[in-house]
Amino acid sequence: MTSARNRELFYLCVVGLLTALGFASVYIARQAEVSWGSLGYAVFFFALYVAAHVMTRIATPNADPYLLPMAGLLTAVGVTEIYRLGPSDAFKQGIWIIVGLALFALALFGLRRDYRVLESYKYVFGVGAIVLLFLPRLPAIGETVNGARLWVHAGPFQFQPGELAKVFLIVFLAAYLREKREVLAQGRLKDMGPLLVIWGGCMLVLVSSNDLGSGLLYFGIFLAMIYVATARLSFVLVGIALFVVGGIGAYEKIGHVRERVTIWLHPWTNTAVYCPLTGGKALRQDCQSYQLVKSLYSIGNGGFGGAGLGKGTFTTTNGHQLIPEINSDFIYSAIAQELGLIGAAALLLVVMLFVMRGMKIALQADDGFSKLLAAGLTFGFALQTFIIVGGVLRIIPLTGITLPFVAYGGSSVVANFLLLAGLLLVSHRANSA
Amino acid sequence: MNKQISKIAIFALLLLAALIAATTYWQAWAAPSLAAKQDNSIQRVAQFEIKRGLIYASDGRTVLAANVKKKEGGQTLFFRRYPTGPLVSHVVGYSTQGRSRAGLERSQNAYLTASNANLGTIWSKLGEQLKGETITGNNLILNIKTGAQRIAQAALKGSCGAAVALNPKTGAVYVMASSPSYNPNLIESNKGYSSILKAPSACPGSSSALLNRATQGLYPPGSTFKTVTAAAALDDHVFSPSSSFYDPGYCIEYGQKVSNALNPDQTAESYGHVSFLQAYQHSINAVFCNIGKALGAKRVIDKAKQFGFYSRPPIELPSDEVAASGEFDFARHGLFDDASRMDPGRLAFGQDKLLVTPLQMALVAAGVANGGTIMTPHLVKEVRAANGSLVTRVKPQAWKKAMTPKTAAVLNQFMQAVVTGGTGTSAAIPGIKVAGKTGTAETGQNHVYDAWFIFFAPADNPQVAGAVLLEHQLNGFGGSVAAPIAKQIMQAILPGASKH
Repeated sequence: MTSARNRELFYLCVVGLLTALGFASVYIARQAEVSWGSLGYAVFFFALYVAAHVMTRIATPNADPYLLPMAGLLTAVGVTEIYRLGPSDAFKQGIWIIVGLALFALALFGLRRDYRVLESYKYVFGVGAIVLLFLPRLPAIGETVNGARLWVHAGPFQFQPGELAKVFLIVFLAAYLREKREVLAQGRLKDMGPLLVIWGGCMLVLVSSNDLGSGLLYFGIFLAMIYVATARLSFVLVGIALFVVGGIGAYEKIGHVRERVTIWLHPWTNTAVYCPLTGGKALRQDCQSYQLVKSLYSIGNGGFGGAGLGKGTFTTTNGHQLIPEINSDFIYSAIAQELGLIGAAALLLVVMLFVMRGMKIALQADDGFSKLLAAGLTFGFALQTFIIVGGVLRIIPLTGITLPFVAYGGSSVVANFLLLAGLLLVSHRANSA
Repeated sequence: MNKQISKIAIFALLLLAALIAATTYWQAWAAPSLAAKQDNSIQRVAQFEIKRGLIYASDGRTVLAANVKKKEGGQTLFFRRYPTGPLVSHVVGYSTQGRSRAGLERSQNAYLTASNANLGTIWSKLGEQLKGETITGNNLILNIKTGAQRIAQAALKGSCGAAVALNPKTGAVYVMASSPSYNPNLIESNKGYSSILKAPSACPGSSSALLNRATQGLYPPGSTFKTVTAAAALDDHVFSPSSSFYDPGYCIEYGQKVSNALNPDQTAESYGHVSFLQAYQHSINAVFCNIGKALGAKRVIDKAKQFGFYSRPPIELPSDEVAASGEFDFARHGLFDDASRMDPGRLAFGQDKLLVTPLQMALVAAGVANGGTIMTPHLVKEVRAANGSLVTRVKPQAWKKAMTPKTAAVLNQFMQAVVTGGTGTSAAIPGIKVAGKTGTAETGQNHVYDAWFIFFAPADNPQVAGAVLLEHQLNGFGGSVAAPIAKQIMQAILPGASKH
């Protein structure tokens, strides 16, 4: 099936061309700040993708040809926007993409014969996920950023292990559910034990570290995979009921949760209300919901066609940042302002196509583990996108979580390239049969 | 398992489709309301790349708002400069980075930044955008006459107050002055801004210079409100121009005497038998108190509503810079119109709990001048593209039908009598028939009054109508302090009025 790889190469060339155009427009719009050297980025990324492509030729020649170019496109849009917002961050992101692609290559190469060996290590993955989630809570290396203890630092590097834990957890769930799906479907509660322990451990860590977005993500992945494995809608309904009860409880007991919901429901006030940041009184849009409201203004300012790459407004005329965290949590509002409705919708359509290809792989796979793995990885990707972009667009309360492939953040890039490797491995196996 | 996979696939795609729908909502549907938010610094800063339209006075030459070009970080930015400083600052407002916008700079932002939905503007803006050229906004030409505006501001200087003058036939606003004024060029800097806020005020307890007293300031109207009461009495045929009254020097309300002595406008304690015209001319409280009792508060308030009370005059300023007039509930900090809670006698001579804006009282005078019809007040005369071509011209439009033409004609005579031989003689201009009504409202402090004068001229063919208000005047009466300023304004606007 070399024609599949040739198609992949062709689409990668298209993505490379788009990347070059993107950097060129940033260059034209911001000549005063950036140099011709910025076009080097486009060449650099194209080279990286070609390297990744060579690896798929060796390890997974029969895999789906669309996934890698789409992941490349999302990464390119992200890096272009990150570069436009702050060239030094783009350099760091570039290094993380190299690390991500190296791990991607390693995973493809190491598991090219049969990735299903992972099944026999399922508890390693399950316990590993919990350990990863616990890491930031260790006093020596943990770090608190924006009120949530999610980071680990080692020397100059910061890492958010939660992202990697997501992939580990999906591997664990796929292996465990493949083995127990029949008995679970019959409702033998005993077999739920290890599942609930591992998953409950994760949830506990997440809620105690205030990482509500990831909590919601894991919960959603868990329900979706149980549903796929057992076909029992009642599990999903019970899960949702539990979530509602837990949500109400959290709203009553945890101030942080209540604050998020209040911001979501009433981001604007006409009169000054209590502002916990200053202890005084302020309009909520000038206090707690400042970020959300400014991000909505950014999106609104984009309109139909967008301000144009490099032409958006993110700082005052004297360089003061208008939207904090613009390149991580709020990268979508930056893209929506510069590329407009056309660009933002196109980006989301690429995400949808990625999900369709991922789910198609799950359908084509011929064993339970592969199906669960592909479906879990794809669903996780879709849900994560929904949670962050939905939060930015005020569909749901905003929780800090990264936009896969697009947002700034090393751990996210690495985890998502591993996710991509998983899908390609399953796809290759299904198409080779 | 495939059935379940298909189902979660559809679910996942629906979630993502919802994101596209929500993005469309914010970028297409909700975009205008987001752009209008006062704290939208993104849009505000983005618009500094636009060469805002200029704002001119009615002569089309005097520039009230201009641009200063600055190169910053490779971008060409345009900042505002107001060459006339504090002259028209409450009307023009300001457009700043740090402190948002106010006045016409805020309400007319769409024209000034060429983001209005006018077809020609859209085309030229698209062309500029595609060529990468600077977008240039549309220019505003106002009705403000700088000569008269300057005279009004100078006359008010030193006191707190406001003056409004407009054309009663078209609604064109010639003068809108508010004192103290401020220099809009100082707004952007922190130092300048606090100097405006901290400037010592001539009126104790009154709010800052940023307040547009002409449209936002609320004051008891005093006897100027008798115009509305008289219109109610005549239109409802409860009294006629030939009705006669007896003034014993007081009026009895709720079993207690309301004495004329409380009315500082009145010279005599008791006038005995008087005609309706004389009662109005000499501003006799006892007579109007009895008229109010005969009419009932509801009739008076209904008439006031026909004059535009209880609604914001539809002038082009931002809606939160224009207040509605009416009976004011201090506990709830808002207007109320429940007549059973009003004192009809005191309401009739403009006290009770009435609070009005100078703009509203100018519109009362304009209604009498224009045969009973109040025209929509307009600050903007026309909007022109940068190349001079007309984008839109504001057409005169009726706002309220306040009274019948017959009643207006009677009140016209009444108001002339005030200036020829009543409380407002100091507004008289030789050779021109001036009509007016004084007002001297109690403020709660002894001998300290809010002094009013509402006016129009020439009475037989009115070209200008308006109101002058001076806050907290120690022994200052409408006829003695406000009427002379009204006279100066009329002289500045009317051609051929002698200047002495």
